[in-house]
Amino acid sequence: MNFIKQAWLGLALIVAASTAFAQSQQFIPILSYRVGPYAAGGSGYFGGAIDYFNLINLGGGINGVKLFWEECETEYNAARGVECYERLKTKNGGATAIEPLSTGIAYGLFERVAQDKIPMTTFGYGRGDSADGRVFEWVFPIGTTYWDQAAAMIAYLGGKEGSDNKLKGKKIAYLYHDSAYGKEAIPVLEALATKLGFELMKVPVTPPGNTQESQWLQIRQAKPDYVILWGFGVMNPVAIKAAAKVGYPREKIIGVWWAGSEEDVIPAGDAAKGYVTAAFSAPGTNFPVMQDIVKKVYGPGKGNLEDKSRVGSIYHTRGIVYGIFMVEAIRVAQEKYGKGKVMTPTQVRWGLEHLNLSEARIKELGAAGMFPAIKTSCLDHEGSGMVKFQVWDGKEFKPVTGFIAGDRDLVRKMVDESAASYAVGKKLTPRDCGKEN
Amino acid sequence: MFYREAGQYKTTYEADAAIFPIRQDRIAMAVILAVAFVVIPLTASPYLFSAILIPFLILSLAALGLNILTGYAGQLSLGSAAFMAVGAFASYNFVLRIPGIPLLVAFAAGGLSAAAVGILFGLPSLRIRGFYLAVATLAAQFFILWCLTKIGWFTNYSSSGVITAQPLEILGYTFATPQAKYLLVLAIVSVMALAAKNMTRCNVGRQWMAVRDMDVAAEVIGIRLMRAKLLAFAVSSFYCGVAGALFAYAYLGTVEPEAYNLDLSFRILFMIIIGGVGTVLGAFLGSAFITLLPILLSTAVTFLDTSLHFTIASSVASNLELMVFGGLIIFFLIVEPHGLARLWQIAKEKLRLWPFPH
Repeated sequence: MNFIKQAWLGLALIVAASTAFAQSQQFIPILSYRVGPYAAGGSGYFGGAIDYFNLINLGGGINGVKLFWEECETEYNAARGVECYERLKTKNGGATAIEPLSTGIAYGLFERVAQDKIPMTTFGYGRGDSADGRVFEWVFPIGTTYWDQAAAMIAYLGGKEGSDNKLKGKKIAYLYHDSAYGKEAIPVLEALATKLGFELMKVPVTPPGNTQESQWLQIRQAKPDYVILWGFGVMNPVAIKAAAKVGYPREKIIGVWWAGSEEDVIPAGDAAKGYVTAAFSAPGTNFPVMQDIVKKVYGPGKGNLEDKSRVGSIYHTRGIVYGIFMVEAIRVAQEKYGKGKVMTPTQVRWGLEHLNLSEARIKELGAAGMFPAIKTSCLDHEGSGMVKFQVWDGKEFKPVTGFIAGDRDLVRKMVDESAASYAVGKKLTPRDCGKEN
Repeated sequence: MFYREAGQYKTTYEADAAIFPIRQDRIAMAVILAVAFVVIPLTASPYLFSAILIPFLILSLAALGLNILTGYAGQLSLGSAAFMAVGAFASYNFVLRIPGIPLLVAFAAGGLSAAAVGILFGLPSLRIRGFYLAVATLAAQFFILWCLTKIGWFTNYSSSGVITAQPLEILGYTFATPQAKYLLVLAIVSVMALAAKNMTRCNVGRQWMAVRDMDVAAEVIGIRLMRAKLLAFAVSSFYCGVAGALFAYAYLGTVEPEAYNLDLSFRILFMIIIGGVGTVLGAFLGSAFITLLPILLSTAVTFLDTSLHFTIASSVASNLELMVFGGLIIFFLIVEPHGLARLWQIAKEKLRLWPFPH
């Protein structure tokens, strides 16, 4: 009996100690997915983020404030993701910011984060119109949305032809995952097709997309000049293999960044050589920050990835870039609200809205060339819109361009229109950016 | 001892036909309802409402719908999630296109649309049975989601194909807090569960059970098979449709058709298999098992990790949850193949004699 009493007492002490310990730290909930069909992406991405947070903590935290996180498995499922969000949002003194890395979960959280006043980041995905910070006060698609990415792809193709105007009369096939994700880019591509005078051929693939014979037959008959591959998961290697089978040159296929990781091309084998994809961050372990992670985090065996060969892979570096954005947003917030203090979600939101990562600052962080310069504002929650293109040489991705942007004016106009109609539907009054500080 | 109905005489036909003929059951039910309607709203945290109770109730309603079709009428279906999608997207369009329509009417109309689609996909049940029918309803699952993605009109030409549910407003009151949403969902689910219970006890329910047990014999004693089967499809899809609308309006807010995928259909089917096929209670027990247990497991793992410093690598933890969950499903199916509802029935029998079993 005495023993049981003591055990309970000990347990209570540990619980009390761990909560007290947590309150002096910045809490970041991590909605990860490490099981299921998308586990490769989730484990790499969130592993990268945790590795970077560990690196920051080893260096003493952000002006002395250490980061503290808790993971919750979402299985890439919207309902599980919402549960995880609800579970973690008030824990340990409150969540700082949330990143679900899933369009479906993000949709489920759009209204909740606005109501709970917790910023949500959607690095590199949808929805496109959330770049308008006046309507989407709490959502930050920092870096690039799908819309800007689609525009950048057309700009890249224009560059290949010589200039945008040379795309006139060309035929571009859009092979897409027939879901909210795949359809997201269509309005931008259609607007660009009208503006530049190329022909857009839309070829939907029913998810998950493990048979694509009929689609590629259609492509072979129509002989488009380029194919934009907007796929996810198993659809990507299947598309590349099917292209090889019908003899469509892989050099003319441009993949979206969810079609641009090692996991997408290795299963396609040699067929993937020469295939080009978009990217919002550059992979590899040569950057100083990556070297630090390899040495200080993986050296003593504190790395999050079990398979060390994945360090520096596309998903892993993407996660590290997410980590950098988060840490920098907290740092910016601390500069305004007090260095060395734990920031509230509202203060972190301010930080995310005033992020200013110049080339010089990125170099200081040891990540020069890893991602483009970012400057967010009340009006523009995206802050960059630049995309890099890379080619798979059979062993690794090699960059083919620097960070380039598409027709941002056209995209911005569409963002404004779409966000305004969202505000009308939701009976929201957009913020007046002139009055924000 | 606890279920001793000695001394409880039924002197009227009404008393004999009551849903809960035993006084103890009536008291227990009244207590449960009082807790659900009064105690929980006063005490529970927003997390409990919006992450646990609301999805639990909504999925119970969907499981109840499938249980009517599969458990009572014996028609196996894999299209429950698709019927939920019909309910959600139809309700959205009713609210959008008919200004001033009361929300509850829109939900009912969404349910009726789902019922109509259900009847359409129920037609093959007149010719085929069992696994073949399951495959036919699988077609519903794929066809409906394809339609909702393909035809822009359903999503009001949203560029990404998602719908954003309008605010929940009934008679000028906006259900905005998790608590209010919970009460709304609870009220709808309670009324519909009562209706389902009564339906299964009356003429219609007996017809369904006759069809389930042997359709040729049912036909011989004068049950019109076509009517009984299609009615089961209609009622079941209506329940799923309302559940789908609530899933969009009271739970997720913004949904894409992909939220109602085959995986959800399977989960609803597992709910009734584990909960108990052909019982109303089973739908609730099964939904609790399937929705709450994974959350419980993941909380337990986090607790081990953060409070007891019993570190488990997060990749291992995620897989461990799935393994334990799978193990428990197999355990319960071996212990009681007729589901959790049957376990409760056995417990009731035992309690009746306890503490003098002989």
